[in-house]
Amino acid sequence: MTDDKGYRAEATDPSSSETARGCCDPAAEKSVSCCGGGSPSKSAIRYDESFVEGQVDTPAGPVPRVHSRIGSRDLLGRWRVRWGIGRDRYRVAPGLYALGAPDGNAPVLVTANYKLTFDVVRRDAAGLDAWILVLDTRGINVWCAAGEGTFGTEEVIRRVTVARLSEIVSHRRLILPQLGAPGVAAHEIRKGCGFSVVYGPVRARDIRSFLAAGMKATPAMRRVVFPTLDRLVLTPVEITGLSRPAGWAAVVLFLLAGIGPGVFSLGAAWERGIGAVAVLAAGILAGAVVTPVLLPWLPGRSFSVKGGLAGGVLAACAVMWQRGSLEAPAALALLLAMTAVSSFVAMNFTGATPFTSPSGVEKEMRRALPVQAGLTVLAGLLWVGGAFLR
Amino acid sequence: MDGFRYMDGVATVRLDVAACIGCGMCEEVCPHGVFAVAEGKARILDRDACMECGACAMNCPTRAISVNPGVGCAAAILTGWLSGSKPTCGCGG
Repeated sequence: MTDDKGYRAEATDPSSSETARGCCDPAAEKSVSCCGGGSPSKSAIRYDESFVEGQVDTPAGPVPRVHSRIGSRDLLGRWRVRWGIGRDRYRVAPGLYALGAPDGNAPVLVTANYKLTFDVVRRDAAGLDAWILVLDTRGINVWCAAGEGTFGTEEVIRRVTVARLSEIVSHRRLILPQLGAPGVAAHEIRKGCGFSVVYGPVRARDIRSFLAAGMKATPAMRRVVFPTLDRLVLTPVEITGLSRPAGWAAVVLFLLAGIGPGVFSLGAAWERGIGAVAVLAAGILAGAVVTPVLLPWLPGRSFSVKGGLAGGVLAACAVMWQRGSLEAPAALALLLAMTAVSSFVAMNFTGATPFTSPSGVEKEMRRALPVQAGLTVLAGLLWVGGAFLR
Repeated sequence: MDGFRYMDGVATVRLDVAACIGCGMCEEVCPHGVFAVAEGKARILDRDACMECGACAMNCPTRAISVNPGVGCAAAILTGWLSGSKPTCGCGG
């Protein structure tokens, strides 16, 4: 995928899975969301956006025309959201746009109003004459929004109606990204607005081949993959997301570092604290960067095992490197702590992958969390206890 | 996905073959090739590849497929446990 991955709203009862997923689901209000979205997007299309270039006149009124160029502002925006800065606000106004010079026979591509997604679509569809129908997914990418139900049946029907699409095109066909399917019931959309749904390829870059082949997707276009570069671009946001809990952990480490034979020593707090925070940081890097990048090559199925191994091996290297200055309890504490931190952090990467099932993640967590907690407590005892043995 | 397999024996996806009309939507929407349709009926080819996204169940016109869709995200599940509510997640970067 060139775009992002994301996760689905949970229905506690399998029989309710068809109905319990809309935005009107009462249970959705008390649900926990780990990243924003939330409020509906402003719906007025602004003609001063840098990606808009004039307009196309249609029987239903003028439609803004977008171009396929990606400028420095788009690149800067992409870089920012990859670091998790202002991601919720990175949106385009929902509604109908024109790409090239579409007419009544031109295909209609449906997408999300996360600007990163929108940019990928207008870039990868370069050269096509097409309509782009942007849903209000509240600034969330297609897959995540499909899971939350905002890229959903009702929103498709609503946008088709609001845009008066049936007056603009003579056919009755919408091309939806395949990864929107968890939020959309194709047969309900036909009933709701008369348009039939064709699921296009997973990746926007295949859209031209898909159309050229007469709307036929090859098996490869239908499969999700997770290559190294896709994993790497997701790591910065993993780190920024951990900065707050890591900061609190660092404070605790500095406090613990001062404990010793002299009750509390400010000098020791600083000296030993720095070392402990370095171990924490190394553990986070092992779990949030090294493990995702090496994911297919690290042994084991569960992310906690993969992360624990990556952290453990790196910790062993650190112990070898610092063997002159580390006493045995401290060395052992380093080994255990880095393994535990990396294992825990790596487990969080399940949320960014396109292949982990919630049943699997839950099973993994039930097994891994007690082990990670045990290793952490043991490491803490060794480290604090070690101060008394000097 | 070659090289990317998660846990075996946990996926909740189920197919009621009697209710299946062989329309092929499940095969089309599944990003992991879990289903294959032959001779007018779908069958589950690779249940352990399922990530429980729920696309197949959503798009099955006869509701022959059931799956318990949810958040395959440790942070969201943990928050859900701690706060006692339903985990959802729009994450991914």
